Amino acid sequence: MSTSLTTPEQDPDLNAPLGGVSLTAGQLPRGAAPATLVAAGLAGLLLWLLADWAIVPCALLAAAAYVVIVYTWSRAVEGPRKATDRFVTAAVSGAFLLALLPLVSVIVTVVSRGVVRFDAEFFSYSMVGVSGEGGGIYHAMMGTLIITGLAALISVPIGMLTAIYLVEYGRGKLAKAITFFVDVMTGIPSIVAGLFAYALFVMIFGPGVRMGFAGAVALSVLMIPTVVRSTEEMLKLVPNELREASYALAVPKWRTIVKVVLPTALAGIATGVTLAIARVIGETAPLLVTAGLTDGDNFDPFEGRMTTLSVFSYYEYQSPGLFAEAAYDRAWGAALVLMIIVMVLNLVARAISKLFAPKTR
Amino acid sequence: MAKRIEVKDLDIYYDKFLAVQGVSMTIQPRSVTALIGPSGCGKSTFLRTLNRMHELVPNARVEGSVVMDDDDLYGPNVDPVNVRRQIGMVFQRANPFPTMSIYDNVAAGLKLNNKRLKKSDMDGLVERSLKSANLWEEVKDRLHKPGSGLSGGQQQRLCIARAIAVQPEVLLMDEPCSALDPISTQAIEDLMLELKENYTIVIVTHNMQQAARVSDTTGFFNLQGVGKPGELVEIDETTKIFSTPSQKATEDYISGRFG
Repeated sequence: MSTSLTTPEQDPDLNAPLGGVSLTAGQLPRGAAPATLVAAGLAGLLLWLLADWAIVPCALLAAAAYVVIVYTWSRAVEGPRKATDRFVTAAVSGAFLLALLPLVSVIVTVVSRGVVRFDAEFFSYSMVGVSGEGGGIYHAMMGTLIITGLAALISVPIGMLTAIYLVEYGRGKLAKAITFFVDVMTGIPSIVAGLFAYALFVMIFGPGVRMGFAGAVALSVLMIPTVVRSTEEMLKLVPNELREASYALAVPKWRTIVKVVLPTALAGIATGVTLAIARVIGETAPLLVTAGLTDGDNFDPFEGRMTTLSVFSYYEYQSPGLFAEAAYDRAWGAALVLMIIVMVLNLVARAISKLFAPKTR
Repeated sequence: MAKRIEVKDLDIYYDKFLAVQGVSMTIQPRSVTALIGPSGCGKSTFLRTLNRMHELVPNARVEGSVVMDDDDLYGPNVDPVNVRRQIGMVFQRANPFPTMSIYDNVAAGLKLNNKRLKKSDMDGLVERSLKSANLWEEVKDRLHKPGSGLSGGQQQRLCIARAIAVQPEVLLMDEPCSALDPISTQAIEDLMLELKENYTIVIVTHNMQQAARVSDTTGFFNLQGVGKPGELVEIDETTKIFSTPSQKATEDYISGRFG
């Protein structure tokens, strides 16, 4: 424009930093917030120790004091936006700690009570002929591994093929119906899955049947929807461009799925499957009705009762007998072993996803 | 190698929506044919009908005929997989297989189809393909590193190497340089000029200078208005299209007076 050389009429607001336009703003002194937190914590501690209050109200009071002080202080010095930021930060961190509390408490309790029975006998003996102290969970550990392994063997192929159908082939009503029923299956209470498997095996073998395989069937009813869902999500993440690149190289669809889509999604699928296993390995209710309880070793899933860790733990607590302390110790020990197995599975899942993830260098 | 493609009265549909109408053109062998036109006029859609990638979209279909030498690509009993064996494609965004090494990406056309070659033959094929894609010198020491570790321009050339490793008759390129810097673009344009000695090349591009630089024939696509089907306005020798086009719309578009 021709007028650009002359000074245009200027907006007075832009000329001078009148109130509030300045780039600097008030700030709390460094370390003010942590110091307040420490002070609030100390005050709570004093209340607990000296005034003899209960610990929970003390903690809550300290947290509330911190939030109030920091918010009002910050609002006075830094303005409302920073004050809100500090308030929300405190609220989010508080919620996180609250959520962490039960987890930590469970871990501490299970470890401290379970570690009592971590001796060689516990891992190498079954419960045959044990009525007092001693005894072991060898039979339950093997039962857990066999039943969960069988459940994975049933659910992984079915779940993965379903997911492949839904993502790569499924169109129209059938696919919609399958998606719907998978969603419904996700919500089945585990005891219903157990009763279903029991009823199924009663129809074949007659009433009163108990076997490990029936437990595996019950668990796979719970596991299949999880496997379908996680696999589906992972397959959807595979960019369509890779499929097109493969088609453009004259690769048929099924080979594209087997050799391009599945390897690309493998890390995620493997993680999903491992987490699905971790999810069902601690099931108790369906195994109570299908696999039952036995004191001795039974490693044949198609014949007779089979104990798993969770069922064992339940019965030791439910009917401890005369030597209750020993039974309780066994129950906690079994719970700890189960927790360790789940943790190992989670670590395995992480290792797998690292191992299979597409590399960039 | 290199075949002629004859397109006659091609209508392209997405379900009931007519996307491109009444395209007739002859694509000459051993030459570069460029397709230009505004966004959404159906250039890419048309390109994808040439190797039957269009029908991968649910309910997409075409009417009319596409004949390569003497074979009708849309005839009964034609297997799209066999069509794609002869007509390769390079996409807008480089899409090397992330699970495969550079070597395996180039060999993918054969390996994915379980064609076994002797190791030495395969090595030779990979080297030849990478050399014709002007990538060999840059990657020869890291052939077994993942393809996704390359730069964008290198990845695109890797995709070209992958497409020509299966020795197609025709190579379709859907805006192959739109995500690349000028240097990589130049490398790929040089490559096209080399490749047209042996292949029939069809390229969709938004860059008119590019069309003028590399193509022998240029087709201009346009659409009458929103919701109307795209159509081929005219196709002629590139020099003629860019100097004395016969249609007003073409002149407006190439001189930037469009719309």
